[in-house]
Amino acid sequence: MAFAAFSTATAPSTDSVARRRSPVALFLLLPGILYLVLFFLTPLVSLLLTSFQTPREFGDIGQYDYAFRWQNYTEVITTYWPHIVRSFSYALAATFFALVISYPLAYFIGVTARKWPLLQSLMLVLVIAPFFISFLLRTLAWKQLFSDESFVVQSLKALSLLGPEAHVTGTAFSVIFGLTYNFIPFMTLPLYTTLERLDVRYLEAGNDLYASPFQVFRKVTIPLSMPGIVAGTLLTFIPAAGDYINASRDFLGGTGTQMMGNVIEANFLVLQNYPSAAALSIILMTVILVIVSIYVKRSGTEELL
Amino acid sequence: MAVGAFADRGADLELVGIEKRFPGFTAIENLNLTIPAGSFFALLGPSGCGKTTTLRLVAGLEEPTSGRILIGGADVTNQKSFQRPVNTVFQSYALFPHMTVLENVAFGLRRRKIGDPVAKAHEALLLVELDHLAHRKPQQLSGGQQQRVALARAIVNRPALLLLDEPLGALDLKLRRQMQLELKTIQEEVGLTFLHVTHDQEEAMTMADTIAVMNKGRIEQMGEPQQLYELPKTAFVANFLGQSNLFTGPVVSTTSTAIAVDVSGQKIVVPLERAHRISGEVTIGVRPEKLTLHAEEPTYNAGRNTMGPGKVIDVSFSGVSTQYLVAVPGVGTLVVFAQNMAFGPAAHVGAEVWLSWNVEHGFGLDDDPADAPRFEADLDTKTIAQQRRSSLVTELEEA
Repeated sequence: MAFAAFSTATAPSTDSVARRRSPVALFLLLPGILYLVLFFLTPLVSLLLTSFQTPREFGDIGQYDYAFRWQNYTEVITTYWPHIVRSFSYALAATFFALVISYPLAYFIGVTARKWPLLQSLMLVLVIAPFFISFLLRTLAWKQLFSDESFVVQSLKALSLLGPEAHVTGTAFSVIFGLTYNFIPFMTLPLYTTLERLDVRYLEAGNDLYASPFQVFRKVTIPLSMPGIVAGTLLTFIPAAGDYINASRDFLGGTGTQMMGNVIEANFLVLQNYPSAAALSIILMTVILVIVSIYVKRSGTEELL
Repeated sequence: MAVGAFADRGADLELVGIEKRFPGFTAIENLNLTIPAGSFFALLGPSGCGKTTTLRLVAGLEEPTSGRILIGGADVTNQKSFQRPVNTVFQSYALFPHMTVLENVAFGLRRRKIGDPVAKAHEALLLVELDHLAHRKPQQLSGGQQQRVALARAIVNRPALLLLDEPLGALDLKLRRQMQLELKTIQEEVGLTFLHVTHDQEEAMTMADTIAVMNKGRIEQMGEPQQLYELPKTAFVANFLGQSNLFTGPVVSTTSTAIAVDVSGQKIVVPLERAHRISGEVTIGVRPEKLTLHAEEPTYNAGRNTMGPGKVIDVSFSGVSTQYLVAVPGVGTLVVFAQNMAFGPAAHVGAEVWLSWNVEHGFGLDDDPADAPRFEADLDTKTIAQQRRSSLVTELEEA
């Protein structure tokens, strides 16, 4: 009895003391912390300061002074609110389509193809294969395919599925299509990793408990693959919301399809309006953070992330 | 249990000419089986004998290659798993990790749109004495508790037929015994038909009303536990259900009540009604606990078979009894279980002993020793009997 009391009283405390005072862990964390301070925290603070800058009096274009000009924010919101709304709706649509296309694909690779490991690896390679070609080249290729003289558009026009004056490039369709296409691997891979570990015995148990295949999918498969769904949608939604390649006029976009990324690019590189570009970036970041935290909280997968 | 809206009693299960082939091998061949309503039926066999496949066929998780499955007289062969009035307690439990214990138990009720699923789930949890943990997640429970939740999740639906797939496999011995008793009690209480698949012969014998011993996709023998133990029909059953000492030899004389078999020059008598074969080469046997050790050659007694002399090669004490291995020249090694009625072993290693047993305790197997037995292509029953013994010897030496 006395021995038991002794062991329970001392053993955990020495353990936790050792854990608290160990300098090794801190030492090992140091490079990471330094890296984050240098390359994440510093630019972030700089960005925040820039977003409140005011144009220099009698200065040249592109010359600004540090100030607290919060009007930068109201100005960019009033000017660019259609782009902000468009960014998030395009990103949302692309995420939705990528999920709808990737889920069956990931399910097939991860669950159905378990019996054939060779097919499984082959399909995984096919999912990753587009990465071997530059993202820009692939997007340009789609621009060619969707151009007015292309076979696809000509055929659609011949079939009267498209009007004689209609275009495909430069429309919301082509931008969302490009985003969906470019982010499908980012959706498929996390989905695959969760589905690959999905224990089919749970599905059998669901069937055994009177759930039809559809009910099993809704009540068992979907909840169990939630970590993959959350990871995949975040990996798609976040970069898609800030993307400026697909929506760019040089690629699949047009004047009416500009997203926040394009506006930030234009403000920064063309207009040299750094405070506006910075304010837009901060807005983009904040909105994404808010959306993501609400999403993660609601999907109940905090512990899985 | 006041869950009245379901099947009010168990249904009988009938398997007619079931055959199941997988690419490359046959898991079950021509299985015919009838399990009467309300009984506790055990399918016993080693791993890979087709017992779990049989269970999955009944549950609808596999489709038979041919044959029919009837539950309560209705043909369910073409019904999907979720349409069958059957529930399974899985070996892995398969409790949904994303749901609480309560939601797990209520799952089947909700799918069938049965009124007041929460209250009924609580009732089922009370039955397995786990209602206080209703709001935990399955991962937070111990193995034994998970097992009980799996049981509650199945019986709450009041299925006509409950399938148990080695549900006690992961439990330690004490919990196992306790769960065996609980299962039996629940079965009697709710009057369901239980089909229990196990490789644990003791579990099958203590729980089931009827046992079918399965091997290589076929049922070797079926009957009440005691009948199977006392009068095994095949060498497989004789050795799978407990241990046996088996001998092979030609029948030398037959009377109206008994046959006499020559085993390496020793005449062994088996009652006629306990012998499945009565002429030619036969395999006969006797259970180790039926044997008596003698330090001197026993005087001739018409009611007893005698064998010996042999040499004790191993003595192992196991509390209630002591196990002796006796090597008899020309016959092989015999296993003897002797109850520890007095202190100390009755014989020491190296002692010369004789063995005897009541003629009534012997049994004759149905196996033809000349037949190539199914389990090992080129071995006869005698070799297998010896193999079993030698493997037992090595096992004992290792221990």
